[in-house]
Amino acid sequence: MPDFMDTGAINMRIAVLSGKGGTGKTLVSVNLAAAAKASTYIDCDVEEPNGHLFFKPEEVQEKVISVKIPKVDHELCNGCRKCVDFCKFNALAYIKNKLIIFDDVCHSCGGCILVCPQKALTEKEKVIGKVQKGASEQVAIYTGILNTGEATGIPIIKKLLEENSEVNKQTFIDCPPGSACIVMESIKDADYCILVAEPTLFGVHDLNMVYELVKLFNKPFGVVLNKCLEGENLAEKFCVEKNIKILGQIPFDNELGTLNSNAEIAVHKNEKYRELFSALLNTVTKEVQHETTTNP
Amino acid sequence: MKIAIPVDEKTLESNVCVSFGRTPYFLIYDVETKESIFIDNSAAASTGGAGIKAAQTIVDNKANALLTPRLGENAANVLKPAEIKIYKTTTASVKDNIDDFIAGKLPLLDKFHAGFHGHGGN
Repeated sequence: MPDFMDTGAINMRIAVLSGKGGTGKTLVSVNLAAAAKASTYIDCDVEEPNGHLFFKPEEVQEKVISVKIPKVDHELCNGCRKCVDFCKFNALAYIKNKLIIFDDVCHSCGGCILVCPQKALTEKEKVIGKVQKGASEQVAIYTGILNTGEATGIPIIKKLLEENSEVNKQTFIDCPPGSACIVMESIKDADYCILVAEPTLFGVHDLNMVYELVKLFNKPFGVVLNKCLEGENLAEKFCVEKNIKILGQIPFDNELGTLNSNAEIAVHKNEKYRELFSALLNTVTKEVQHETTTNP
Repeated sequence: MKIAIPVDEKTLESNVCVSFGRTPYFLIYDVETKESIFIDNSAAASTGGAGIKAAQTIVDNKANALLTPRLGENAANVLKPAEIKIYKTTTASVKDNIDDFIAGKLPLLDKFHAGFHGHGGN
């Protein structure tokens, strides 16, 4: 039995991230989940989830996600403005003897309710999006969807990651782009991070952002070089200079691009890519095993 | 009557600041007494909601009108219930805009841009 077949042996949560959108996070995480067969795919890119376009999950169940925001009892409010002064996001204003609350600006910290001496502020629920759960063959698909204009998708990501703790041994987390709070939330409990990089100068800049982030979080990580062409690869050069493990390379290939743009999973459609992503999965699994033996 | 203007510098020779919420200073100008007061905009360094906080400052300083090149919808929603009239500045110079306001030549600002809601700032 080739050893990549033995990948179900350990529990692992793999986060796939990149400094910017369009680098290949979804390509890599969808195809790794498909190559792993019995696995879980979680789309944490809640502002624009697209993994479900590839998996086309069935038997989708939905759960609405709410946050708590303040509401005011104008009878009780005495206009002391403690809440207005407290709010770092300036979600409250006091105009003409009346408190105004900006729901869209509120980050649900609950601080205004705590500081109100009159108990004029109480919590109310506000829907910010939903999570969907479905299945595609043996892959469990979780998708987070944040409503347009909401301040942050973190409550949705928290729900996504706590929902599926034990279903399958191998979990692939498709992160939002960048290196902001929502990405930190997505990688927080990951055992290993895959950084997807483009071979350009801009690609190196974006790779450096997520490289700094995973170092800060003390996560084991490696890089997948995507859109590789003949000639110099600046992202590869960066990895060599920083002594970063290169997990695999994906060519800048018309065939793969066509499959992807038709929302097909390359692993299911093309032998060459089935082998490529199986080998990548094997490499990642070994890396995780190595990490758990050296840093248990 | 007092008017408020976001300004780049603490002088009447200053230009109007292109940003309302994140302007460094506001000029509060009394049209009758010609008295001018410059106040620091404490909202300029806010994590978010700068327009709301800046608008609160304008209300607290008892301005009757605001002269600004543009304004976000949240700030507008603070100023409207306070019955502060919002005018659109037409040139860069603070002085010219004050003169135009007194001459009744400034148009009312009635288009407010959507809030940025932390995008690019998170």
